[in-house]
Amino acid sequence: MISAAEALKDFQKITPKTIPLVEPFSKGHRACQGCGEVLALRMVAKAVGMDMIAVSATGCMEIISSSYQTAWETPWIHVAFENAAAVASGVEAGRKALIRKGRIKDVGAKVVAFAGDGATADIGLQALSGALERGHDFTYICLDNEAYMNTGIQRSSSTPYGAMTTTSPPGPHSKGQMTWKKNMPMIAAAHNVPYVATASPAWHVDLMNKVKKAVTIPGPAYIHIYSPCPTGWRCGPETSIEAARLAVQTKVFPLFEVIDGQFILSRDIKKPKPVEEYLKGQKRFSHLKPEDIAYIQKRVDADYDRLLKLVQVTTPEA
Amino acid sequence: MGRRVGLEVSLACAEAVGLCNADVVAAYPITPQTHIVEHLSEMVADGRLDAEFVPVESEHSAMSCCVGSSAAGARTFTSTSSQGLALMHEILFIAASLRMPIVMATANRSLSGPISIWNDHSDIMAERDIGWIQTFAENGQEVVDLTMHAFKVAEDKRVCLPVAVNLDGFILTHVIEPIEMPDQEEVDAYLPPFEPSQSLDPAKPISMGIVGMPEIYTEAKKANMVALEESYEVIKEHWDGLAKQFGRTYKPIESYRTDDAEVLFVTMGSLGETVMTAVDQMRDDGIKVGQVRIRLWRPFPLDDFMEAIAGAKTLIVIDRALCPGIPAGPVATELRGMMYAKGAKQYVANFVCGLGGRDVTRSQFVEMVQEAQKAAANGEEMTCRMVGVKE
Repeated sequence: MISAAEALKDFQKITPKTIPLVEPFSKGHRACQGCGEVLALRMVAKAVGMDMIAVSATGCMEIISSSYQTAWETPWIHVAFENAAAVASGVEAGRKALIRKGRIKDVGAKVVAFAGDGATADIGLQALSGALERGHDFTYICLDNEAYMNTGIQRSSSTPYGAMTTTSPPGPHSKGQMTWKKNMPMIAAAHNVPYVATASPAWHVDLMNKVKKAVTIPGPAYIHIYSPCPTGWRCGPETSIEAARLAVQTKVFPLFEVIDGQFILSRDIKKPKPVEEYLKGQKRFSHLKPEDIAYIQKRVDADYDRLLKLVQVTTPEA
Repeated sequence: MGRRVGLEVSLACAEAVGLCNADVVAAYPITPQTHIVEHLSEMVADGRLDAEFVPVESEHSAMSCCVGSSAAGARTFTSTSSQGLALMHEILFIAASLRMPIVMATANRSLSGPISIWNDHSDIMAERDIGWIQTFAENGQEVVDLTMHAFKVAEDKRVCLPVAVNLDGFILTHVIEPIEMPDQEEVDAYLPPFEPSQSLDPAKPISMGIVGMPEIYTEAKKANMVALEESYEVIKEHWDGLAKQFGRTYKPIESYRTDDAEVLFVTMGSLGETVMTAVDQMRDDGIKVGQVRIRLWRPFPLDDFMEAIAGAKTLIVIDRALCPGIPAGPVATELRGMMYAKGAKQYVANFVCGLGGRDVTRSQFVEMVQEAQKAAANGEEMTCRMVGVKE
């Protein structure tokens, strides 16, 4: 198999002027007002195009897109919660066999799995790990809204430290979520897949280019997309993109790529804003005390420094 | 013409899948299914089978992968046992409701705990209501024939349902038997390439697995149930086709020495052959005993069954699994329920035996007849008896 760098040799970047006009994920869905996840999903779909075969895990995006009518203009399948990666690997294997045997035409279809953070970092982690390790040619998109929003805002392993959810309520014996957010992009990268990236709907052109790269490169690709959920984060529907932008500007959610094992920063945050600015816009963090915020700041800085070191070690010319 | 070979039944099963030209095999190893998937992976590695072998990381992913490949329009096979089947549980229902014509060989094994790798029917009896067509093989030849038949039925556009072919772990899977292996031309004549009516095709986009709102859920389930019920005629039709092509005849319910029989054994799977020898022995001794074997378990061929037992006074239903909390095993529980609705008058004795690989001998079947006849004559309550328990 050719390397990701080789596959991207003649890569044509999407620019604000060349954003695809197609809408593989279209009208008729029932997402909440201000949903950052459905916006990110639409951007992903536009970047992939009409040759997408989408596989959804159970979750918000599956429910809102397929009750009464479908919002998917391309082939779509939903099977269960924890198995989007396994189903996608089956779709890919099936098509591969049929193309090789001359039973169907190779139209360059792109198999893309969509799953939330619970379906990725918790219940579906094993299936994802298996599919990444086996090397199927597919792209896995984790739309991370940092809790089980579809069932009513319960904590997942991707919920950030200190966040209030319905199963991590703050109280005299609790600060809310007591554990640090699981680092899914690093877990994906540890599988030595050709392409891993993080993306944000606040940088939509960057997001779409990453998706285009992921589906261009042969083999498995993983993209982790920060997907604000005003309903679950207790913030105004008009603030979701602002929250996504602040998460990047405060180093809470750094944007980077891992191409053939080389870490590349998409955006170096030289003058970061304090994390407090990000936290204060969301009521899920409103119970946090100054010392809690100081602790979060310290860990965010440390995580970002570690990422910078990875960049320096793996991509010294950058 | 096919050729008669001595072959381990697992290998014969894999060879049959190869003759059926499967496109995708997704499986996770579990004893006693392993020889089936090992052999398939060898066939793929040797270039004898042009298929994708997907060595998934669990049975849950095996069945999920199968749903994906079947949805892509590929002929899809998997195999599992016991805990593996239990791990698939969630996806088995979805495979049926999405109408995916997956074929699965289930090498029947007991369920934990305590952990046991040996044969009984606990695994499949926990999956009775998954909406799959389910058949039981008695010997290696049946495994080969039922596997070919399974693809033929599953992919029939009037059916579009997954099929599980049950074969007893070790007792069948690990035994070398004389088997008539058909030629490729014969199989091709019986089983044409899979032409799905719908698939995940960018040229004809469809959505599969949408939400079942309360307004449509009941209707969706009803449609599924009707499809399974109506598969009965197609199953028989393709057994007739198999008889024409290969010269071997199969029926949903098989009868053995049932004419004038007062007592009938009801068996499923490989134990049936031991019972046959017990029946022969008892017939020699003048006991009017016969046997009914259930080959088609889902959809249950109730009319065939009622016809097969019509002349008998007593049934001895052999169960290879337990229904804890109910005084009968799963097969007896179901048969009694269906027979009651038909107004049947037979006394139904029920014995649970052969759990976790425990051998059941010919003499034990003779004892069961004596016990059942005595209980029937005394009008004893028809509770289930566990055979050979050391107490």
